[in-house]
Amino acid sequence: MGKQNYLKLLGLLIVIAGLPLLIRGDYYLSILVFMGINGLVVMGLSLLMGYAGQISMGQAAFYGIGAYCTGVLTTHFGLSIYTAFFFGIFLSIVVAILVGIPALRLKGHYLAVATLGIGEIVFIVFNEWMSLTGGPSGLSNIPVVHLGNFQFANSLRFYYLVWGINLLALFFSLNIIHSRVGRALRSMHGSETAASAMGVNLSFLKIQVFILSAVFASIAGSLYAHFVSFISPNNFGLMVSIMFLMMGVIGGIHNIWGALFGASLLTFLPEYLRVFDQYDILVYGAILLLILLFMPEGFLEGVPALYRKLFKRKKS
Amino acid sequence: MSEALLKIQNLKKAFGGLLAIVDFSVLVEAGQIKSVIGPNGAGKTTLFNLITGVHPVSAGKIFFQGKDITRLRPHQIAARGISRTFQTIELFGNMNVLENVMVGCHTRFRSGMLASGLRLPNMRRDETRIYQNSIKLLQMAGLASKAEMPATSLPLGEQKTLEILRALASEPRLLLLDEPAAGLNESETDRMSELIYAIRDQGITILLVEHDMRLVMKISDEIAVVNYGQKIAEGHPEVVQNDPQVIEAYLGGDIEYA
Amino acid sequence: MDLQSQIIQYLVTGLTVGSIYAMVGLGFTIIYNATGIINLAQGEFVMFGGLIMVFLTATLRIPMLPAFFITLALVTVIGMIYERVFINPLKHSSLITIIIVTVAVSIFFRGIAMFIWGKNPYSLPPFSSGKPIMIAGAAILPQIFWVLGLSLLTVILMNLFFNRTITGKAMSACAGNRLAASLVGINVSKMILLSFALSATLGAIAGTTITPIALMEYDRGPLLALKGFCAAVLGGLGLGTGAVVAGFIIGIIESFSAGFISSGFKDAIALIILILVLFIKPSGIFGSEEVGKVKQF
Repeated sequence: MGKQNYLKLLGLLIVIAGLPLLIRGDYYLSILVFMGINGLVVMGLSLLMGYAGQISMGQAAFYGIGAYCTGVLTTHFGLSIYTAFFFGIFLSIVVAILVGIPALRLKGHYLAVATLGIGEIVFIVFNEWMSLTGGPSGLSNIPVVHLGNFQFANSLRFYYLVWGINLLALFFSLNIIHSRVGRALRSMHGSETAASAMGVNLSFLKIQVFILSAVFASIAGSLYAHFVSFISPNNFGLMVSIMFLMMGVIGGIHNIWGALFGASLLTFLPEYLRVFDQYDILVYGAILLLILLFMPEGFLEGVPALYRKLFKRKKS
Repeated sequence: MSEALLKIQNLKKAFGGLLAIVDFSVLVEAGQIKSVIGPNGAGKTTLFNLITGVHPVSAGKIFFQGKDITRLRPHQIAARGISRTFQTIELFGNMNVLENVMVGCHTRFRSGMLASGLRLPNMRRDETRIYQNSIKLLQMAGLASKAEMPATSLPLGEQKTLEILRALASEPRLLLLDEPAAGLNESETDRMSELIYAIRDQGITILLVEHDMRLVMKISDEIAVVNYGQKIAEGHPEVVQNDPQVIEAYLGGDIEYA
Repeated sequence: MDLQSQIIQYLVTGLTVGSIYAMVGLGFTIIYNATGIINLAQGEFVMFGGLIMVFLTATLRIPMLPAFFITLALVTVIGMIYERVFINPLKHSSLITIIIVTVAVSIFFRGIAMFIWGKNPYSLPPFSSGKPIMIAGAAILPQIFWVLGLSLLTVILMNLFFNRTITGKAMSACAGNRLAASLVGINVSKMILLSFALSATLGAIAGTTITPIALMEYDRGPLLALKGFCAAVLGGLGLGTGAVVAGFIIGIIESFSAGFISSGFKDAIALIILILVLFIKPSGIFGSEEVGKVKQF
């Protein structure tokens, strides 16, 4: 990983550490927490889309598996948060393998279809397995995260927890991108034929990245469940999966920083759009379309490109 | 005579009802430069795609170093020591010159996703070696100064060279070159033949598909001629040149010696 | 109700729902064939079809028949505007981006629909009045015959269009190889526009015919798109007839599983079948392996 990325990482660390000094109030802090949680999911998705060239239309399934695993295991079975947390990761990996191996063996976007399916199946299971999940009315009283005797009971503490994990994930992802594995991933995007002729095992790499993205989503889901202490199936439906995808594309999928940016923007935007009351969906859709039309490569690459375009036009 | 490096036995390939390769057999001895020539559509590139596992074989067998590689997948074949270039250049356009060569090193190293993510010591050691190997190759071909440039921004001749370097980075025993001189001018072609000699002198066996007859006749130790997916002649360049069937295949002696 | 009449009832319901899935699936196929894009706003065409029909007949009091054709025309125009404004400018973008654009469009369309019609479901009188017809103890609404008849007619017309007319054949050529198609003088851009227009029309037919049975509201689109997409993939993406048959199969299986197993899990069953089929035969029930390998999606 280059020096530049270390500097950026350090910069982000300082911003994250300092932000609570400027922003007060539980409401704003909780938005920052959600940004971190969504950012974690989208980071995994960005590795999958931008680097492995695959689409997952069911990332909310893994997010949900993480959330329900910790939720159900801690409330119904009294397991410790950590056991539940790792069980969620384990289950996500199993599901990712079951879906990924058959779908990623093949060329093309079968993963998109398979994940769409698994996303809905998981959603339906959350709804119908009443005795465990509480069905449509949800699961409540999920305990707070603690480290020994230290309780992550308020938004500020949780904020640092979430963003701490987020930075670790970012560090991990950046390391991967700037390594033999990362180059193999990018080469696959450049030319699958040439990549495999150079000895890159395409399907194995794709499955690995898919599993990694599932793990990120599962961790994010567990964090979500413990932060809000109440989960219902609607937090993990198709629209949520699509939203994660959208965050990735809007931020710019070929850049892991774009994932964080897109997640932050789209977490913040709907909150802001509440002033439009019931027409928020209309305004929201319009904004998304405008961004996509003028910056199809996402914000991080799109803003400089758009700027150049406008600047050039003025000159000529 | 010891076992040939590459042995192709009664190879057959059909795309739907179309027979691209019909009962094709050939031997490539270690240390040779062997060429496969033939008119357009004769099945030369298909042959490469079969050897490297891009297309499944319909019938027949391919042995490399005495081992059957017929059913292996492309990356497994690459790991065994067969590397290749492409007729239509297949560089990684989203990466720079150096990174393209670094991908070539892929099969020679092991460090995986977890080691990379955590920057374990063995991964850092691998990275240094990959970098050094790649830079060394670029220096050999005089491309080191362009290491940071996007791969596809190079002129055609250098792109072709870069593809060969990328293939060499995997430290192959056998290198398949698919029309390395296509689109090159005379002086570039001469440099290409120097490069091919240099590679052969490192002990790497070369199987070549080429249309530039001057180059083929100059550098080949042996030539196999294919037409309609069948081998119609094989032997030393002079022998092949005077084979009536070969002349017939090239429409009455259309072989260019220019 | 005895078992036999129950079975007939489920079968008829399944066929009805299935015909809608078939039409949506066919819509996916048409756009996919011309562009390689999966249009995830496909369900919104159905929604617009239903709601515009309601608006024309209930609010403007236009008689059923002209209203039907005006609806088709309007939704077709929506489809064409959609292609020109949102898809055409992005022709150099990656497939992922374009698919995301179709999602954004579907959100935007839902926003418009909610702006105009609100969140409540609307109903529509059936195309023809009359009592339910009793067949072996099962009651069948006359509207069901409209749904089945019209969708069958549409499928036949589409088939004729793609196999018998020059334009239809030109569109199929786009599917095979866009560059080659443009080299032989086919206006690819026009064909893509036409594919969105046709797809929208199909959606509108489905929407207008199903609303009298199933009501219609602003956010019906995504679920329909999901099912239609399943049909398109199951049928072997790119194969129109395959999508139609798969649509009916999904509809029937859903209806039976809702009746005999559990209505909550009925939506999961179609998807489980989808995943199983993909595992066993990735090119779909009717797709060929060779062709499947060439496809982008």
